[in-house]
Amino acid sequence: MMQHLPILQVILPLLAAPFAALASRRHLAWHLTLVATAGAFAISLVLLATILRTGTPIIYDLGGWPAPIGIVYVIDSASAFVLPVVSGIGFVATLAARHLVIAEIDARDHPLFFAAWLLTLAGMLGQVTTGDAFNIFVFLEISSLSGYALVAMGAGRDRRALPAAFNYLILGTVGATFYVIGLGLLYMLTGTLNLADLSVRLAEIENLRPAYVALAFIALGLFLKMALFPLHLWLAPAYSHAPSAVTALMAATATKVSVYVLIRFLFGVFGFEFPYMTQAVGGLLLTLGLLGAFVGTFAAIVETDLKRLFAQSSIAQLGYMAIGLGIMTSAGIAASFIHLFNHALMKGALFLALGVIAAQTTHLSLHTIKGAGRQIPMTMTAILLGGLALIGVPLTAGFISKLYLIRALIDSGLWAVAALTFVSSALALVYVWKIVEHAWLTERPENAPVLTETPGQWAPAWILVLATIGFGIYAGPLVEAAFGAAQVFGPDIIQATQTIEGLHIIEGLEGQE
Amino acid sequence: MENVETLIYLLLGLPLLAAANTLLLARFENLRDGQAVLLGLVTAGCAYALYTSPTAALETVTLVELAPQLTLTFTPEPLGMLFALVAGSLWPLASLYTIGYMRGAGEKNHTRFMFFYAIAIHAAMAIALSGNLLTLFVFYEVLTFSTYPLVTHKGTPEAKQAGRIYLGILVTSSVVFLLFGVISVWLLAGTLDFASGGILADRMDPAYVPLLLGLFAFGIGKAALMPLHRWLPAAMVAPTPVSALLHAVAVVKAGVFSMLKISIYIFGVDFLATTSASDWLVWVAAFSILAASIVALSKTNLKARLAYSTISQLGYIVLGAALASPLAASGAALHIATHATGKITLFFCAGAIYVAHHLSDIRDMDGLGRRMPITFSAFALGALSIIGVPPLAGAWSKLMLMGGAMQSDFLIIIFVLAVSSLLNLVYLGEIVLRGFFKSGAHSEGAMAEAPWACVVPLVVTALMSLGLFFAVDNFVLDFGGM
Repeated sequence: MMQHLPILQVILPLLAAPFAALASRRHLAWHLTLVATAGAFAISLVLLATILRTGTPIIYDLGGWPAPIGIVYVIDSASAFVLPVVSGIGFVATLAARHLVIAEIDARDHPLFFAAWLLTLAGMLGQVTTGDAFNIFVFLEISSLSGYALVAMGAGRDRRALPAAFNYLILGTVGATFYVIGLGLLYMLTGTLNLADLSVRLAEIENLRPAYVALAFIALGLFLKMALFPLHLWLAPAYSHAPSAVTALMAATATKVSVYVLIRFLFGVFGFEFPYMTQAVGGLLLTLGLLGAFVGTFAAIVETDLKRLFAQSSIAQLGYMAIGLGIMTSAGIAASFIHLFNHALMKGALFLALGVIAAQTTHLSLHTIKGAGRQIPMTMTAILLGGLALIGVPLTAGFISKLYLIRALIDSGLWAVAALTFVSSALALVYVWKIVEHAWLTERPENAPVLTETPGQWAPAWILVLATIGFGIYAGPLVEAAFGAAQVFGPDIIQATQTIEGLHIIEGLEGQE
Repeated sequence: MENVETLIYLLLGLPLLAAANTLLLARFENLRDGQAVLLGLVTAGCAYALYTSPTAALETVTLVELAPQLTLTFTPEPLGMLFALVAGSLWPLASLYTIGYMRGAGEKNHTRFMFFYAIAIHAAMAIALSGNLLTLFVFYEVLTFSTYPLVTHKGTPEAKQAGRIYLGILVTSSVVFLLFGVISVWLLAGTLDFASGGILADRMDPAYVPLLLGLFAFGIGKAALMPLHRWLPAAMVAPTPVSALLHAVAVVKAGVFSMLKISIYIFGVDFLATTSASDWLVWVAAFSILAASIVALSKTNLKARLAYSTISQLGYIVLGAALASPLAASGAALHIATHATGKITLFFCAGAIYVAHHLSDIRDMDGLGRRMPITFSAFALGALSIIGVPPLAGAWSKLMLMGGAMQSDFLIIIFVLAVSSLLNLVYLGEIVLRGFFKSGAHSEGAMAEAPWACVVPLVVTALMSLGLFFAVDNFVLDFGGM
């Protein structure tokens, strides 16, 4: 049983999906989903604990066929770090989905909704677990196709979900196609699809030109999937018109998994030593990440629709993850891993809390929450704390993210990027405070509908809020695990605890001028 | 010594306990407010016990490790214990005053107000006792966010606008500059712990020291160094007890305290002196001192005038940090205490005048001293201390700063300080003179003081300014080379 955990991680939600689709009794589909996601979460925690204890990767040969002929599933420090994020958010979002789905989706569609929900989760978990490049594509499509369906289910309340889902489908398919074209080139060059094998054989190839093209296609496809500026336009409509539970699940996990796959390819397959990696890819990631951080933040500042506002903020936050990767050091990758984790918690909390309000109103805007601080204090406090974490206030997880990202930047002498990152993160204050002023410093209009909340509604959001604060106060294990995950890829390992002599910084400063 | 550890926990915990009690006892007004005063007195006692404890400086308490190398640690050192003593002993007085003011002026939401007030005191204590830069930064931000609901307490559009300026300046400066500085120190020195003599000497190229110092000087927006001073006058819309908290007890004091602490324990006085890295800051501080005083002259709203006076006085402390001489550092530390007692008296008086007569413009206060003799006498004492007239406490700190300027060969600074004293005399003296010697619309009638809960604290703080002059020996800290 224990040795089959890597495959069970994926198979459990995958197999639960058809049963959920067939479930006819009221709420049976939800119960089934809850059990399956709880199981998946438990499995990922066991896997993480195992990896942290032993430190050696678990290689699972699918069907007993060893690599490179068969497909392998690989649980190493990196994938074991990401799995609990996906499955944990999946579990908490499922908890909240019960009341959100009842409020927002026609009862007849519930079984199909939960089937698609489980498929999305299975697809994401599969992308993280597998060690096979084509298998990644398969799971990418599983999670994406079911994701388009989930977004489209918002149409019952908001017809705009349909064009948003269509838009998402077209761009998502373009991204996946780019990925598979790049993969085809790599297969042609090396004759293998196993990730570990790919990296070995790529190093032996002499004519690298097709490999450059492959890198470009794969990176571009994944940029699209992770909504990196300027390929981010699908994200805001999809998130804002999807059912609330779907927004929470996807905002917290979908783009993160693409970031993870990108890390796998950039550093696991091509590697730091690959020509042009540092200059071209690194520079591109830094530039696009910074632009995304500013564009997303400014878009959020002028936005009045709340779901859209936080969707725009996600663009900015993904920008920070791209910046971490663009540094091209282990410390930078670790910073991205830390932020990947923390941002999943914050955005999950925020969108689940927004769901409590969205389920009661037709249009969720700043106007809707005027003076809501007193009517639904627990929900609004969750949004406040999530917002503080986005700004990066100390004692929240966001502060830890920012600290390590900036540290990695300064450590590599990227002073200007560090300064700009600081500025854009400070700007997050503006859009978060818009919400605070509307919710607490404004009287509720006389004719505004009365908002309500029950513990069952706000509890899932608060689980994630407490996690955000918990990992802000006690981040040691998280930081160590993230650096462990980064070490899977990096030759130039920079320890979390290493001290650097002053000269290093000065050199960096001079390089800047 | 276990005793010291207990005191640290008490100083950090008692304000939190007061905050929790405030929520629990929300329905019983007298109990709710009474416990805050009582716990405040206990806190003051603890702060005094810590200050006088001979072994305090040897103790370190680590609360939690955020991440490898990053801990929330508390280490009492003389400067921090002095600040804790200032904040701790003014808190119960401010609490008592708050009761009188809030009830007298008919403000709403007392519970929320008292709650965040106590949290702010907790943050100030944590800043005072912080053992490393990270702890200082974390609670600096806690202080910012916990005072925001106080500044916007009235909920009016002006209060909201003031809150935006308040958060905007304080958070942006701290995130963009201060955190940058903190992380730079972390990378340069490999540690964030405060250590006597500093941790940066020999660890960085002297050419970049002024730059790093600038990150701190302008990152600590709470020190209200021009041009980052706008938030302080804006915050005047808040109820007067908040102004007292901002100006005397916690907020700006936390700012200049951080500046002083960083220059002494991160850069080190000697390191700053040998590299001349802080010379530019001397001029900026001198400009801030004079410019703010001149602006104060032009203000006729009493609280606005006092606000600019504070900006000017904070310049003294930044100056003390920048002069990079032990005597100036001691003078700056003492000035934290003397300015606190003086300025809190002035604000208490301003609030008392508002509660009793709803006056805030200086031109309306002609002859008011005859109807509020206690308040105006206390105001006169506080003003004299700020001006620096013996036998009031402010005289000592100004003298020491002048000595420090001499030590560092900045003779022109002595002239700046003298001119500033003169300006203080003009803009603060005017109020006392109007109150006692002119007659106006409010000069006739029986004696009408504010409620006793307002009057008692302001008398006590005025007497503290007086007493501090004679007990100054206990509050002069030695940062070496005296």
